[in-house]
Amino acid sequence: MLFYSQLLEIVALSLEVSLVAVMLAALIGIPLGALLAIGRFPGRTALIVLVNALMGLPPVVVGLGLYLLLSRSGPLGILQLLYTPTAMIIAQTILVTPIIASFSHQIFADLHREYDEMLRAMRASRWQTILTLIREARHALITAILAGLGRALSEIGAVMIVGGNINHATRVMTTAIALETSKGNLRLAVSLGLILLALSFAINLALHFLRSRLERAAHA
Amino acid sequence: MPESNVLPLKPKDSQKAGAGFLISVDALGYRRGGRSLLDAVSFELGRDPGITVLLGPNGAGKSLLLRLIGGLIRPDSGTIRFSPDFRGPIGMVFQKPVLLRRSVRANLLHALAIARIPRRERTGILARLLVEADLTHCAESPARALSGGEQQRLAMARALVGDPVLLLLDEPTASLDPAATAAFEALVRKVAGEGARILLVTHDLHQARRIADDVLFLHKGRICEHTPAATFFRAPASGEADAYCKGTLLT
Ligand SMILES: Nc1ncnc2c1ncn2[C@@H]1O[C@H](COP(=O)(O)OP(=O)(O)OP(=O)(O)O)[C@@H](O)[C@H]1O
Ligand SMILES: [Mg+2]
Repeated sequence: MLFYSQLLEIVALSLEVSLVAVMLAALIGIPLGALLAIGRFPGRTALIVLVNALMGLPPVVVGLGLYLLLSRSGPLGILQLLYTPTAMIIAQTILVTPIIASFSHQIFADLHREYDEMLRAMRASRWQTILTLIREARHALITAILAGLGRALSEIGAVMIVGGNINHATRVMTTAIALETSKGNLRLAVSLGLILLALSFAINLALHFLRSRLERAAHA
Repeated sequence: MPESNVLPLKPKDSQKAGAGFLISVDALGYRRGGRSLLDAVSFELGRDPGITVLLGPNGAGKSLLLRLIGGLIRPDSGTIRFSPDFRGPIGMVFQKPVLLRRSVRANLLHALAIARIPRRERTGILARLLVEADLTHCAESPARALSGGEQQRLAMARALVGDPVLLLLDEPTASLDPAATAAFEALVRKVAGEGARILLVTHDLHQARRIADDVLFLHKGRICEHTPAATFFRAPASGEADAYCKGTLLT
């Protein structure tokens, strides 16, 4: 019984942290991607390069950077966020935002190329254009969000550093697996590993079905 | 300054110098990659309603000319002027229909919303457009799953939103069956009869003969002639147009 409640607690916190982080990343990343695809402003190309480069951010480095900011002597130490789920959410948001922004940029750029002339022929305003593209992009955007969720759930470096893997407080699936394995508690480690694997499979399955649906819609 | 006269002028009035055109295209040039795709293209479309058919072989620059007039691309030289009282949208049907990944109905409602048609009027206009384009039976189908002809009819219905005074139609009947073509031509005539100017690209000479009031012939980016349909089909003024009609024009 204790085993299961422990398992449940860890899985629940993992999902909570990653889902909130992905939601925040989507709120920032999708408009950013749309802006990069449709907007014309100085520094746009540089921003695109930056966002794409940030996609490959090593999680440990993000964790370290955030640690320096949030540690008691750091500039944001006063917020006392270190070793809290909030810090973990911030870390994963930083990791996932560039992924969602970059995917969204690609999605919006393709749709914009396809619909630009049609919308201009209809004399659509900038705002109407953006709303139309968001509406057309909705399925593709879900795939971007799922890809971000996959990354957030499986990431360990950042949550380990800023969360601290504290039992009943900041222990998530990945950090728990690392710890329990090193302690030799393979039952918990393997159970968590299987759950993580199943989640990752489920996400990929969903991605696969969405993609094939999208493809059918595009070629129909 | 807009002229006070907002009604389409009668053909006779439009003969008056300077006041007669709806669109005046002057010395239009468009070049890409060192190639001159349109060169010194000049012509006028009168303010009187009617159907102008744009003929010319593949690659002549017909689609390009339509996109220039529609304001979708900018010319490298020359001007396109509209009559001072030109109002409202320009209806366009592209050679390849571009439809949203939504139902037929949603595609039309989207166009009505973009044109800022008041919400309460939309249902009525939607029903009328569906009938005119003969799409009522597939209103709920995904637009991209329609047959080629149905997609072109949807594109046409969408182009009619907002009652444009100018319609630019790029091979709108290329994949329509004979019955749908006849219905389409009747629709185009009706719209022209209600006061619109129509510029229509086609490769179907029988169709051109049936519906054209005047014919523009484009070859290698140049206008070879702009003549009333009756004259054109009796004997084209240019050798190129003559060869095109006989099927012996080499591009
Ligand atoms: N953006 C572009 N860059 C380079 N070449 C272009 C561009 N757009 C059109 N062209 C060229 O301009 C020429 C005219 O193209 P256009 O599509 O207007 O032909 P068309 O008269 O409509 O022919 P069709 O009857 O086959 O539809 C073609 O040779 C095409 O390759
Ligand atoms: Mg063409």
